[in-house]
Amino acid sequence: MTALVEARGVTRILPETVPVTLVEDIDLTVGHGELVAITGPSGSGKSSLLYLLGLLDTPTEGEVLFDGQPTHELEKDAKSAIRLAGIGFVFQFHFLLPEFTVLGNVMIPMRRLGRWPRTEAEQRAAAILESLGLGDHMHKRPDQISGGQRQRVAVARALANDPPLILADEPTGSLDSHASEQVFQILREVPARGDKSIVAVTHDLDIANRMDRRVHLVDGRIVLDEQMHANV
Amino acid sequence: MHLLVDIAYTHIHGRGRQTLVSIAGVTLGVGFAIGMAALMQGSQDEFVGTLIDAMPHVQVTDEQRTPPVQPAARAFDAVAFRGLRPEDDIRGILNPVAAVARLRGWVPGSLSIGLSLQGVARYGGTERAVQIMGVEPRDALKVSAIGEDMVEGRFEELDAAGFLAIIGDRLAKRLSVTLGDSLRLTTATGLARQFKVVGLFHSGVVATDEGLVYVRLKAAQVLAGRQNAINDIRIRLRDPNAARLVAARAEEMLGYKSVSWQEANEDLLEAFQIRNTIMYTVVGAILVVAGFGIFNIVSIITHEKARDIAILKSLGFREADIRSIFLAEGALMGLAGSLFGAALGYGLTSIMASIEFEFEQQTEVTHLPVTYNWVHYTIASGLAVAAATIAGYLPARKASEGNPVDIIRGAT
Ligand SMILES: Nc1ncnc2c1ncn2[C@@H]1O[C@H](COP(=O)(O)OP(=O)(O)O)[C@@H](O)[C@H]1O
Ligand SMILES: [Mg+2]
Repeated sequence: MTALVEARGVTRILPETVPVTLVEDIDLTVGHGELVAITGPSGSGKSSLLYLLGLLDTPTEGEVLFDGQPTHELEKDAKSAIRLAGIGFVFQFHFLLPEFTVLGNVMIPMRRLGRWPRTEAEQRAAAILESLGLGDHMHKRPDQISGGQRQRVAVARALANDPPLILADEPTGSLDSHASEQVFQILREVPARGDKSIVAVTHDLDIANRMDRRVHLVDGRIVLDEQMHANV
Repeated sequence: MHLLVDIAYTHIHGRGRQTLVSIAGVTLGVGFAIGMAALMQGSQDEFVGTLIDAMPHVQVTDEQRTPPVQPAARAFDAVAFRGLRPEDDIRGILNPVAAVARLRGWVPGSLSIGLSLQGVARYGGTERAVQIMGVEPRDALKVSAIGEDMVEGRFEELDAAGFLAIIGDRLAKRLSVTLGDSLRLTTATGLARQFKVVGLFHSGVVATDEGLVYVRLKAAQVLAGRQNAINDIRIRLRDPNAARLVAARAEEMLGYKSVSWQEANEDLLEAFQIRNTIMYTVVGAILVVAGFGIFNIVSIITHEKARDIAILKSLGFREADIRSIFLAEGALMGLAGSLFGAALGYGLTSIMASIEFEFEQQTEVTHLPVTYNWVHYTIASGLAVAAATIAGYLPARKASEGNPVDIIRGAT
């Protein structure tokens, strides 16, 4: 299994008056097709780690490699390009654009990337939404569907450009257990969609235990990195 | 539609009322700019048109740019003279036949030669100082609007043997002269003749209508006591705008002062320029205000859409993409405002053109002079779109530079 994204000795310190250490000395390698859960108490740096892996934030020390390529000397635009084609984000808040339909939201990354012609992109987006059980809601606006549905649309958007890496930050955190389970099931099936890796932050141990691997953070440091034998 | 424009459109569409207000600002700016320009240009065109019609495009007189040396100065080597009367002389243009022939060789238009004299017109017991203008009637008709100014008789009637005169209608009234009467013209040299009035003209210029007498060139030369003398060459050009060049060349060739219509009306043309500058300043100010409106709304949108900006960035949009979105918002509002403004400007212009003025002395109805000129529309719209885009740029830049992590963290 080759490394898709790799953190090498990553430390991130916010340069405040009293510097805040978000994460410290993180070594983490996520291989192709891996399904990794990140757990830890609130404030332990889970989100911060995810932003670093997703090239949204830059390490103070150490480096992040994406697909073997060091990223810390890349221009902002080059990182944007990697995110556009290579990384899909799902956050606790859905962050859908309120003025666009469900279908329109899913198409936004595709239109920006321009890999598919407009009609093909539309078919593709529709197919993804269909597979996530949203076929009936494609032409609704985000405020016309439920929270669970919105979160599934966010997942569909993350999948839109067929990126090798999905980063999810407590994607089910704001959902009830039923909706939570639905979104989780979808995420779980993602690797099967074509060798995709998922790194998902969750405080739901039940969910975490059903993933391939669990990384546990405390105070910005990895204290546990274990394979879930049940799933291997 | 392009994705970025699409997003921009949803943003401004989402703020209907404020967007409309901002667009209305641009609309008013562009509309009034166009209306004002139409009126200013219209009145200027009309004025210059009247000027070009009424005046010779180039007038060559027997004067020199540097005043001639007076006999006293020639005789005594002094710095200044006081109390001396300068030599009074109708010098005339030297070798008039050759001079005219040389001009005719290249001047693109018509020429009329004349002899202008100061004199006194007398009829019954009344006297008036007048300018006596001796011309070749056929040529004079070609270089001036006198043919159209005739209110009684025809100007061609001057072109006959004998001492005939055509005078201004006001002069006729002052002297109580009617068609067919004979008035006495006396020149400064003391020569006098009886002239039969064969026509009256009305030019609309008071000084001319009460002080100008046209006679045949030969008759004027008799009055001056100088055969073949001329002191005035008038040129009407096919292209009035060439007047400055023609005047300069004629002056260089003949050595006599040659004045283009632009030079003769320098003051007025300058006043027009000042007026235009004031207009552009006002238009600029209106557009700046409109720009503030757009700056304001785009700023509001960037704050309101901070989350959307953050997520777009996390999705892989570059900073330039984000900037383009908000630039497009400013430009779209500027464009919409320009379109409505062009329509408003056109409407205002038509309304102004249709307003009728009736003056007591005049029988015809007068309209405000307006000009429909696509250049006004292009400049006003272009400036408005540019102002709107610049107004959008400042908040756009700020919005694009933010760190998405800060917002995503805050919203989670
Ligand atoms: N902008 C910030 N300023 C100060 N402290 C911050 C800032 N962002 C995060 N932190 C702190 O950094 C730590 C890690 O935060 P985070 O990565 O969000 O943790 P988690 O996602 O595990 O809850 C927390 O203690 C948090 O309070
Ligand atoms: Mg978090």
